[in-house]
Amino acid sequence: MTEASAPVAEPASVPVLDRPIPPRGWVVIGRKEIGDHVSSARFVVLLIVLGLAAGIPLYLAAEQIRNLASQVSGAQAVFLAMWVIGAQDSSIFQLNVTIQSFVGLAAPLLGIAFAFDAVNGERSQGTLPRLISQPIYRDDIINGKFAGALAVISLVLVSVMIFIAGFGMIRLGIVPSLGEVIRLGLWVVVTIVYVGVWLALGLLLSVAVRRAATSALMGLGSWLLLVVFGKFIVNLFIAFFIRVPANGTAQEQLQVAQLQDFVTRLLPTTLYTEASIVLLNPRATSTGGTLGTLGQYDQAQQQIPSLLSLDQSLLLVWPHIVALVAIMAVLFAAAYIRFMRQEVRA
Amino acid sequence: MSGAGRTESRSGRIRTEPPIRTRALTKQYGDLNAVDGLDLEVRAGEIFGLLGANGAGKTTTILMLLGLTERTSGAVRVVGFDPARNPLEVKRRVGYLPDAVGFYDDMTGRENLRYTARLNGLKGQVAEQKIETVLDQVRLSDRADDRAGTYSRGMLQRLGIADALVKDPTVLILDEPTTAIDPIGVVEILEMLRGLVRDRGVTMLLSSHLLTQVQSVCDRVGIFAAGKLVGIGTVPELATRFGEGDAHVEVAFEGVSDPATSDRVAGFLAAIQDVAEVRRATSLLDPWTLVVRPPESAIRVREAVLAVSAREGLHLTSIRSVVASLDEIYTKAVRAAGLASGSHRPSGDRPAAGGRAVA
Ligand SMILES: Nc1ncnc2c1ncn2[C@@H]1O[C@H](COP(=O)(O)OP(=O)(O)OP(=O)(O)O)[C@@H](O)[C@H]1O
Ligand SMILES: [Mg+2]
Repeated sequence: MTEASAPVAEPASVPVLDRPIPPRGWVVIGRKEIGDHVSSARFVVLLIVLGLAAGIPLYLAAEQIRNLASQVSGAQAVFLAMWVIGAQDSSIFQLNVTIQSFVGLAAPLLGIAFAFDAVNGERSQGTLPRLISQPIYRDDIINGKFAGALAVISLVLVSVMIFIAGFGMIRLGIVPSLGEVIRLGLWVVVTIVYVGVWLALGLLLSVAVRRAATSALMGLGSWLLLVVFGKFIVNLFIAFFIRVPANGTAQEQLQVAQLQDFVTRLLPTTLYTEASIVLLNPRATSTGGTLGTLGQYDQAQQQIPSLLSLDQSLLLVWPHIVALVAIMAVLFAAAYIRFMRQEVRA
Repeated sequence: MSGAGRTESRSGRIRTEPPIRTRALTKQYGDLNAVDGLDLEVRAGEIFGLLGANGAGKTTTILMLLGLTERTSGAVRVVGFDPARNPLEVKRRVGYLPDAVGFYDDMTGRENLRYTARLNGLKGQVAEQKIETVLDQVRLSDRADDRAGTYSRGMLQRLGIADALVKDPTVLILDEPTTAIDPIGVVEILEMLRGLVRDRGVTMLLSSHLLTQVQSVCDRVGIFAAGKLVGIGTVPELATRFGEGDAHVEVAFEGVSDPATSDRVAGFLAAIQDVAEVRRATSLLDPWTLVVRPPESAIRVREAVLAVSAREGLHLTSIRSVVASLDEIYTKAVRAAGLASGSHRPSGDRPAAGGRAVA
């Protein structure tokens, strides 16, 4: 921070404090937030949602995964298949019921649920002036709330993933290779970053919108817009701004398609989905396209006999991770700037 | 600002710097001057009362003192630091009670204070002892382990004062500390705060519109109207300045029950030299008020009343000089400022020490 160090000499009327400024106010705030979250109704919702996200796909696809593990001798990366294989013909809204897609769907909601009332909640309780008048920086408040919420969600996420891995090993007899464990770990990290993006959005809303209920609604709206209708809306926009004449050349058509593709890829949802697929599926050679059912899985295996090595996969998803972090940083900075200039009074 | 401030603190000139000082402090909300060129100085170890009607700018001033609101212009120094540049140095030494204090409902009073203590770097046994002490000071010990959500408004206010005390402040800034507290509680709390000032040299700034309370506890008061300080000083000083050049003497007689006697007595009193006005009581039991001009004649007028009573056989039951109450001073100060504002007269006199400019 830009805050200056203590002055050389203090005026005589001011006793020198032996008590140091707590060096990290955000740690104190984060710790309180964790305590609050863990004892809140939100936490129960978090447990149920992530539990279902793991339980349902696992339940539906367990039989297939078991078959895969026993029949397809030498099938590679069967452990990770637990995350990306869903039950045949069990797609809801064209989303394959896989653990990965469920988590991808729920992560934004969790992020928003844990942050939408972070600052406006303090404001409506009347605790904000008191909090800000303590010797902490204003950004400590935002940082602490972000860190606390992220810690709680991450903890539950990691626990659930460990539970799934345990289930796979004990009930299905699938033993992961080291590479698979690393991939899973990386995927969890990317998922946490993705949750962070939505937490940052929730924080921004909680700063910008005075009423918690309104900010929750706006958060839900953004989720619907980006996660559910994201691609559709992007295409609609591009079609609106760039009109390809009916007799346009194939070249022009292609350009528009490429533009659509490019913009869609900038959506955090797309970034996350693509990164997930590459990380959880060693067969993925490009970041486009998804693998869903067992049939597709078998096909893919026949098409590309060799697996991508870990560093090849990382190379593929590195831009995605960077882009996600960048989006999070922008949202965070917006929340921060907004909060800095805001009146303390309601 | 910061560079200059630091040079000042080394030079030694600022060693006697008052804990709170503002120069031409201004805050604008759009066209509205919420605080308008405020020069304020609160001396070490005093209780200073900020008096003013709703919207006078008290809270805005306090927020700027703590660096919680950006000022439009002017200079502020609190405990030797500029709150806009060194907010942490200010905040770790200044205890603040906001005007609408709130706590985390699902935490107990003690837990709320513990959180504040942590944020101030107080931990473990030291923190617990401090919390126990401040809870005791505001008489909240027996409810300390109930959820703050179950507290009454006045209990929340007490907890707020305890919260401001947890950090062992050298300066206390209390925004309407006694609202919602019952009359006995007010006396208790003001007494406790005065004790802090006396025993530990704490400097206190409190805002209020409850004039009598301010009068009873404050060493000096500043009268605020429309963002300007229209008067500053001790209550007697202000009384002299805003008394419109008169003093009041209260007299009471026995047996002045019929209009004829009343008129006769009024005639005697009005005849006394320097008595400008005789205000008869509206009820039989109330004393009458003699308005004396110039105020220095008050003593002579009292002697004259005694002489007249003896001569005319009136039954005088009491006589005393009264200092104008803060209510009157307040009304007059504000009215005077209102008249002055058209002629661009600088608002009120400033204390002599206030002439120095901040470098
Ligand atoms: N955020 C704001 N935006 C615009 N005007 C504001 C804002 N906050 C305060 N004001 C105005 O500034 C003026 C001073 O307000 P302030 O709260 O300082 O008064 P006060 O003396 O504390 O009054 P009270 O006794 O009611 O607490 C008022 O006219 C108020 O309307
Ligand atoms: Mg106020």
